[in-house]
Amino acid sequence: MLNKYPLWKYLLVLFVLSLGAFYAAPNLYAPDPALQITGDSSAQVIDEQTLGRVTRALEEAGIDHFGEMIDPRGRNALVRLRNAEKQLIAQAAVSKALGDGFIIALNLAPTTPDWLSDYGAQPMKLGLDLSGGVHFKLEVDVNAAMERRLETQLNEVKRLLREERIRGFVGFDNKGRIEGKFKTEELREAARAVIAEAYPALMLDRVDADDNWIIYASMTEQTRSEIADYAVSQNLTTLRNRVNELGVSEPLVQRQGQNRIVVELPGIQDTAEAKRILGKVANLEFRLVARSDALPSERQRFDYRSPDRAGSSEWLERDVIITGERVNNAAASFDQNGQPNVNISLDSEGGQAMSRATRNNIKRRMGVLFIERKYRTRYETGEDGVEVAVKMPYDEKKLLTAPVIQSALGASFQITGLDSPGEASELALMLRAGALAAPISFVEERTVGPSLGAENIRLGVKSVQIGLALVALFMVLYYRVFGVAAVIALSCNLVLLIAVMSILGATLTLPGIAGIVLTVGMAVDANVLIFSRIREELRNGLSPQMAIHAGFERAVATILDANITTLIVALILYAVGTGPVKGFAVTLSVGIVTSMFTAIVGTRALVNLIYGGRRVRSLSIGGRNATPQGAEA
Amino acid sequence: MKTINFMGRRKLAAAISIALVLLSVAWLAVNQLNWGLDFTGGTLVEVHYSDSADLNAIRQTLQDAGHEGAIVVSFGSDKDVLIRLPKGYSDKQGAELLVLLQESYSETVELRRIEFVGPQVGDELREQGGLAMLLALALVMLYIAFRFQFKFAVGAVVALVHDVLITLGFFSVTGLEFDLTVLAALLAVIGYSLNDTIVVSDRIRENFRKLRRAEPLEVINISLTETLGRTLVTSFTTLLVLGALAMFGGEIIRGFAIALIVGVAIGTYSSIYVAANVLLTMGVSKEDLMIPVKEGAEQEELTP
Repeated sequence: MLNKYPLWKYLLVLFVLSLGAFYAAPNLYAPDPALQITGDSSAQVIDEQTLGRVTRALEEAGIDHFGEMIDPRGRNALVRLRNAEKQLIAQAAVSKALGDGFIIALNLAPTTPDWLSDYGAQPMKLGLDLSGGVHFKLEVDVNAAMERRLETQLNEVKRLLREERIRGFVGFDNKGRIEGKFKTEELREAARAVIAEAYPALMLDRVDADDNWIIYASMTEQTRSEIADYAVSQNLTTLRNRVNELGVSEPLVQRQGQNRIVVELPGIQDTAEAKRILGKVANLEFRLVARSDALPSERQRFDYRSPDRAGSSEWLERDVIITGERVNNAAASFDQNGQPNVNISLDSEGGQAMSRATRNNIKRRMGVLFIERKYRTRYETGEDGVEVAVKMPYDEKKLLTAPVIQSALGASFQITGLDSPGEASELALMLRAGALAAPISFVEERTVGPSLGAENIRLGVKSVQIGLALVALFMVLYYRVFGVAAVIALSCNLVLLIAVMSILGATLTLPGIAGIVLTVGMAVDANVLIFSRIREELRNGLSPQMAIHAGFERAVATILDANITTLIVALILYAVGTGPVKGFAVTLSVGIVTSMFTAIVGTRALVNLIYGGRRVRSLSIGGRNATPQGAEA
Repeated sequence: MKTINFMGRRKLAAAISIALVLLSVAWLAVNQLNWGLDFTGGTLVEVHYSDSADLNAIRQTLQDAGHEGAIVVSFGSDKDVLIRLPKGYSDKQGAELLVLLQESYSETVELRRIEFVGPQVGDELREQGGLAMLLALALVMLYIAFRFQFKFAVGAVVALVHDVLITLGFFSVTGLEFDLTVLAALLAVIGYSLNDTIVVSDRIRENFRKLRRAEPLEVINISLTETLGRTLVTSFTTLLVLGALAMFGGEIIRGFAIALIVGVAIGTYSSIYVAANVLLTMGVSKEDLMIPVKEGAEQEELTP
C-alpha cells in the first residue's frame, strides 16, 4: 500500500532516535567546577592525608565542596565545588595550604550518571572558547636543529681526519657547507673516502681552486627533512611531558603542518606560568674548558648564569662534545657530602662522544652551557614610513657550571658543584623533560577567561533556542500538519547531531554552535523541497497519496545533490581550518548528514503515520491550491 | 501557476550584478579589508570591568605605561573593553596589560580573553584562506560538471564568485572586521549559495527533458517560477536563525552572522538571476542534457 512503511522501518527510525537520545543525554548534565590536584613530579603521591589538608583548607576558606576522590594510582585527586565563582579562591587557598610540590588545576568534572557512562556515553568536549583556557601555537625552529647537526658533523669530520692523519683545513663555508681544503689530490681523496664511509648521507662535491683541492660536504634534501621531522617530533614529546607537569585535566598537544605544534590547556588561567614551563628552551652544550695556551680561534668566552657568580666567566673550547638532545634522563639528588647534584644519562652516541672526549682529559674541566632562546627588539622603518618593532630571536648561552672531570665519563655521570638544591632540581627538570631538539617560539596565543566561556555557551544556547522557535513557528504556520512533522524531524535532527558529536568525541566551539544554528535554518530546506514538490504534484492533479509519494521520491535526488556539494565545502573548511573554525566545519558536516536522515526518512515516517494507508481527501500542507481539484473520485 | 518572466529582465539583472561586483572589487582594491587580528598579527585583550569603564582613563594609563598606538574600544557593553596592540609586541604583553589595568582600577578587572597572533601566522592564514576558497570552487565545479553539465558548472561558479565578491565588498565598505570566523562564514556562503543554485539547476534540467518543445528561456522561467517558493522559504528560515544569531549570539559571533546574512541574501538573488543568466548566455539547450542512449539497449528490445 502507498505511503506505508513496513513495521521494521518504523522500528529502525525509532531505534536510531532512541540511540541518539541516549548518547546525547550526557550533555544535559552540567559539569561541576572542580579542582584537580597532582604532584609536580611522578614521585609525589597523593594520599588521604593530602586530601585531608585540601578539605581543611577549603573549609577554612568557607568554600562548599563535595565528591572528593583520589584516583587508584595515587597520581591525582579531584575535589568538586558547589560554586564556580569560588573556583579561583579555592585554588589559591589549596595552593597555599599544600605548598610547593603540587599542581592545582581548575577543572570541570563531568557528572554523567553511571547508567550512561557504562555504555560509553560521554558529553561533548567543549572547545577553549567555551570552557575557558589557553591555546598556544608554537613554531619549531628547524633551521637551528639543522645547524646544530651540521656543527656536530663538522667536529666529527675534524676528529676523523685527525685520527687518520690527513692534514687539511676544515670549517664552514659561507653557504653553511662543510669545506675541507687540502694540499694535494691524494689527501683529498683519502679524506673523501673517510668521510663517505663515516657519513654516507652527506653529499660530497669536489672542486679544484688555485692550488687547493677542496671538498664540500652538504646534507641531502632527504636528510634535511628527516632532521626537521625529528626535531618537531622530539619537541612534541618534550612538550607532552611538560604539559603533564602542568597537571591540566585534558590537554591537547598536536602537531600542525610542517613545523608547528598546537597546545591547548583547558581551565588554565595563569598563562605566564604555562608559558614559562612550555617555553623553556632548555638546551645544553658540554664543552671542555680551553687550555690557557689555546689559540684565540679555538676558544670562546662565556659568563656564568647564576647571579651569585655574575661577572665571572670562563674560556671554553669551540668544539661541542654533546648537546642536550643526547640527554636521555636527568635527576636531582645529593652526593655523599650532601651537596646537590644532577645525575645525567646519555644515549649511546652521546656516551661514546663523552667517553672519547674525557678519557684523555682527566683533571681538565668541562663547562656546561645553558642555552635559552631570547628576543631582542629592533626598530625598523617600514615602506610606509612607520616605525615597527621587530623581534629578533637569539640564543643566549650562559655557563651553568664547569666541574673538573674526575675520571673518564660514559653514558652516565653526575654534574656536581651546583649552587643549591633548587638549581639542581630545576636543571634536572629541564633535562628530564627532554632538552628540545630545536628552539621553539610562541606564534599564537589565545586565552579565554572562564566567565567569557560560560557566557558564550549561554548566548549560543539562547541563539539555538530562539532560532529553532522562529523556524518552528514559521514552518507550522506555512505548512500546517506537514510543518509539525518537519519541526519534529528538526528537533530529532538536533538530538542526533549532538549524539553524533558526542560519540565522535568532537569538540564543540562557539563557531560550532553557530554551525548548529545554521543547520537549524538550512536543515528544513530538505523538508521545504519535499513539501513544495508535494504541493506541486497536488496542483498537477495527483491524489493526496500519490502526491506525497511522488513529492518524496522526486525531491530526494535534488536534496542529495544540494547536500553533497555543501558537504564538499564543509570538508574543505575542516581540512584548512584551525581551532574554532574546524568546530564550525564539524557541526556543519555532521548536521548535513543527520538532517538528510531526519528530513527524508524521519519526516516520511511521520507523514506515513499520519496519512499513510487510508483514504485522504486533502492534505494539511498550507498554500491556496493544496486541495486537489479533481480528487473527489 | 502563472510563469514569472524572470529572464525578461536578465539584461538589467546582469548590469546590476556586474556593477555590484566591479564596485566591490574596486573598493577592495582601494580600501582593502579591515583585517582582524587573526590575519594581521598582534595582541588583543578583552577585559570586563565591574562597573562601567572609563575609556579615556584606560587610554591614558596605557600611554603612560608606554603602550603607544593601543586601540581601546568598548565591546558590546560599556563594562567590556577591547584593547588592541599593534604588531611587533611580544607574546608577553597581554598578561602584563591585565596587571597594569588592575593596578589602576580600584575594583576588579576580569580577564575575558587574550589573543596573541604572530605576524607569520597571519600571512599564512590569508594565503590558506584564499587557497581554501579556490579549492572549494574548483571541486564544486568538478562535481557539478560531472553531475550536470559543464555549462551548469560555469553558471554555479560564476554565481559563487559573484556572491563571495559582493559579500567581501560589503565588509570592505562597512569596515566590519574580517576575522577567521568571517572567512568560515564566507565558505558557508559558498555552500549555501551552491545549495540554492543546484536546486534551481536540477529543475532546469528536469524541465528541459520534460518540456521538449519549449525555448530555453521559457524553460528557465518556468523552472525559476516553480522553485521560487522553495528558494524564498529556505532563505527566509535561514535568515531567521541568522538574525537570532546576530542579535543574541554575542559580539564574537556577530561578524560571522552578518557575513552569512549578506551572503544568503545575495545568494538567493544570484541563484535566480546569475546562474540562470549565465546558462542562457552560454546558449544552454536541451541537447546538452539529453541522456545518452545506450547502444546495446535498443537491440535487446528487438529480440523477443
